[in-house]
Amino acid sequence: MLFRADAGPRPAVGDPGDTDPPPAVLVEDVTVHYGAVHALDRASLTLAPGRVCGLVGMNGSGKSTLFKTVMGLVRPDSGRVEIDGLSPQQARRRGVVGYVPQSEDVDWAFPVSVRDVVMMGRYGRQNLVRRATAADRAAVDEALERVELTALADRQIGALSGGQRKRAFVARGIAQQASVLLLDEPFAGVDKRSEATISRLLRELAADPDAPRTVLVSTHDLHGLPQLCDEAVLLMRKVLMHGPPETVLRPEPLALAFGLDVLSDHRGPDPADDREDGR
Amino acid sequence: MTVWEWLAEPWSYDFMIRATVTTVVAAALCALLSCWLVLIGWSLMGDAVSHAVLPGVVLAYVVGAPFALGALIFGLIAVTLIGAVRSTSRVKEDAAIGIVFTTLFALGLVLISVTPSQTDLNHILFGNLLGVGDEDVLQVLVLAVLAGAILLVKRRDLTLFAFDPTHAHAIGLSPRRLSALLLGLLALTSVVALQAVGVVLVVAMLIIPGATAYLLTDRFGRMLLISPIIAVACSVIGIVASFWLDASSGAMVVLTQGIVYALVHLFAPRRGLISTASARRRRTRATAAATAGVGTATQPLR
Repeated sequence: MLFRADAGPRPAVGDPGDTDPPPAVLVEDVTVHYGAVHALDRASLTLAPGRVCGLVGMNGSGKSTLFKTVMGLVRPDSGRVEIDGLSPQQARRRGVVGYVPQSEDVDWAFPVSVRDVVMMGRYGRQNLVRRATAADRAAVDEALERVELTALADRQIGALSGGQRKRAFVARGIAQQASVLLLDEPFAGVDKRSEATISRLLRELAADPDAPRTVLVSTHDLHGLPQLCDEAVLLMRKVLMHGPPETVLRPEPLALAFGLDVLSDHRGPDPADDREDGR
Repeated sequence: MTVWEWLAEPWSYDFMIRATVTTVVAAALCALLSCWLVLIGWSLMGDAVSHAVLPGVVLAYVVGAPFALGALIFGLIAVTLIGAVRSTSRVKEDAAIGIVFTTLFALGLVLISVTPSQTDLNHILFGNLLGVGDEDVLQVLVLAVLAGAILLVKRRDLTLFAFDPTHAHAIGLSPRRLSALLLGLLALTSVVALQAVGVVLVVAMLIIPGATAYLLTDRFGRMLLISPIIAVACSVIGIVASFWLDASSGAMVVLTQGIVYALVHLFAPRRGLISTASARRRRTRATAAATAGVGTATQPLR
């Protein structure tokens, strides 16, 4: 630990003879259609390990589709996707990608506790009946500790506040030992203080010298983006711009992606995100 | 006559014991499955598959194959057709389900009417508990143990699938395969329950116990206990009642389950109508008291 201090928050490259590590997320010329709807058009995106990246774009810009493609839920018509140098299928089997769903996609009345939800991150590593081992329980406790939900672990998941719910799902990704975390609109319906807590947590997870995570966050919240992200991506079916948040979030690029009056009127998330496109 | 005699007398008949064993086993299995159906929102799917297996059962009878096989095949056909109707037309899912299962059910009825057999249409539609033979009991037991064991072994995966299929996919499980497994078990369970309460009422046993348990707990593991316990108790009560009232036994079991659901809906400790209403009243009174204090001060402003 001590000797790592000068290596900085980014992971050091292995042996000097090694080539660079593969990018955490590689999306290359990916095109996706849903029937007649053109959801992604030759989108390309490369993320280095340990980076926090904000994905910005209006409803129907393909944010959800991009997530689904990275998770292997949607097979692109053309193009290539790799996670940590693995195909999406291999990455799934190893549990590389952790996912924090949009609030609208979760049944908050479902009879599971916070601890149950976090334990679901371990299923991929367990036997046929998913019997929790001591190691699984330890990993769950540690993840709960990390997101500061230990005291609420036995509550029903819907009994948490909006921000706590998000942290519970982040804990699931931690317990899963995912090295890539995808968060779909994590700040929708979350108050400013919880948003700051979540942002700090995500930054810590990315900068963790033992296990740096790459974090990809889709968001409508442009104001909080510079505090959260190392880089930002402007999506409008293709990647319009990818760079430091302060460059991407200038009025001119935003006008391209959103229309002109973006800062006075950015809409809330639409659950039917990609499907609305092109109608 | 004491209560005990009232409860005990029915069991002095062999046919009653067979009827009870069949119902209890079928009800417990249905109750397990219903926990997932209710949470996923597949109640209508339960209705559909339980009806759509009918032609499969009749055809299996004609060719002398096991009923379960015919039911599985037609359960699969039903689910495939529902998916096909929905995805290849503008018809929505509930309409697709309605079209497919009623058509298959009608096909089953037609097949029964043209098949020369001893099978009475009424027995298939409403169950024939009192005519259950030893062989039937054995078949029900074997199928129920098989389906129940699969459900319990796969319970965590199925629960994950019900809660968050996207995450299931992300960690390498197959939501598609899990949903197919659940639908296959639904078809199997329908055959088991068909003997007890008949095609028409199977769906009640596939929904009511799980829904009742859902109102009583916030833990899925406990639902998996509460639901079968309620279903088994209702079965015994329903059968005893049907014996003394000389009423249809399958219907009596379902009626009992419905009554228990109603009681839980009204009186459940935290989610019942009574307790939520009184909690609301307490809150309103507290707020009223608080605003009354403020109200007197602001009175002149009105």
